Amino acid sequence: MELSSRETWAVIHGLILGTVYLLAFGGALAGLWSLKPGLVTTAGVKERMRRLYVGFGAMAITAWLTVITGTWIVYPWYREKLAGKTFEKCAGLERPSSVCSPREFLLSNAGGDTEEWHHYGMEWKEHVAWAAPMLATSAFLLVLYYGPRLVSRRWLRMSVIIMLVGSFAAAVVAGAFGAFINKVAPIR
Amino acid sequence: MTDTIHHDDEVAPELADLHLTDKPDGPGAAMMISAGIGIFVLGFLTVLAEASTGAKTWLQKWEWGQGVGPLAGKTTVATLSYFLSLAILWVIWREKNVNLKTAFYIGLALGVLGAIGTYPTFFQKFAP
Repeated sequence: MELSSRETWAVIHGLILGTVYLLAFGGALAGLWSLKPGLVTTAGVKERMRRLYVGFGAMAITAWLTVITGTWIVYPWYREKLAGKTFEKCAGLERPSSVCSPREFLLSNAGGDTEEWHHYGMEWKEHVAWAAPMLATSAFLLVLYYGPRLVSRRWLRMSVIIMLVGSFAAAVVAGAFGAFINKVAPIR
Repeated sequence: MTDTIHHDDEVAPELADLHLTDKPDGPGAAMMISAGIGIFVLGFLTVLAEASTGAKTWLQKWEWGQGVGPLAGKTTVATLSYFLSLAILWVIWREKNVNLKTAFYIGLALGVLGAIGTYPTFFQKFAP
């Protein structure tokens, strides 16, 4: 069992950080959704808030780490220019290689009809992913700032939930396309 | 600006024992609007980089030789816009009661516009 340095970073970016983010999202959403008057005792509110601070904080931190590692570590390998202007070195390949980067492999259509994975999937993923940490950070700060007051303010609680779900939606687009693209044109 | 005074322990009696003091909504409004600003800048720069070679070249300078391309500039400037607007609005509104619903809808509108700007079918229409 062996992973190259590039594969290891792809795993850290997509699988490890992505999984922590998803777990934190589930906990944060469930915790905030049921933070309603009459459902939690005073002691329960205190305990619940501690978990919400940790959950929202973990979500914000992992979202930033995911987009930073993705953009600044993994993405440069994806878009390396190796194959020539017409991607001639990709001809006949079934996977990206040391002479044909994943981006060039997709655009060359050497492995089938793959061009749109870059033009649509990667182009959307690489941009929209950055909405996730901004929304997650603002949601975290709102939970931190208002704390237990969220119990009595339904409208504010729903606003935070909408921001949380918006962050998750951006992450789902990025994560899903990341997984598919890494299947068609893996980084090695 | 509003002068709303919240009555949290009247809506949720279980909060009474926590003796919560009322907090101004200005910082909360700053958190909502700044997220919208960050996403809007991201979408705007995505469209701009597609439409203008000069803008694309300028955005690429933010990669500091790391091979990220113009995405470096788009995301770095958007992130800076987010944190700067958050800090500025927070300081300006730290003791004020700003209408949170209005702030949320402003943030939402900016965020939706920004998200549209990052959608390939949309921004690729601006390619020369």
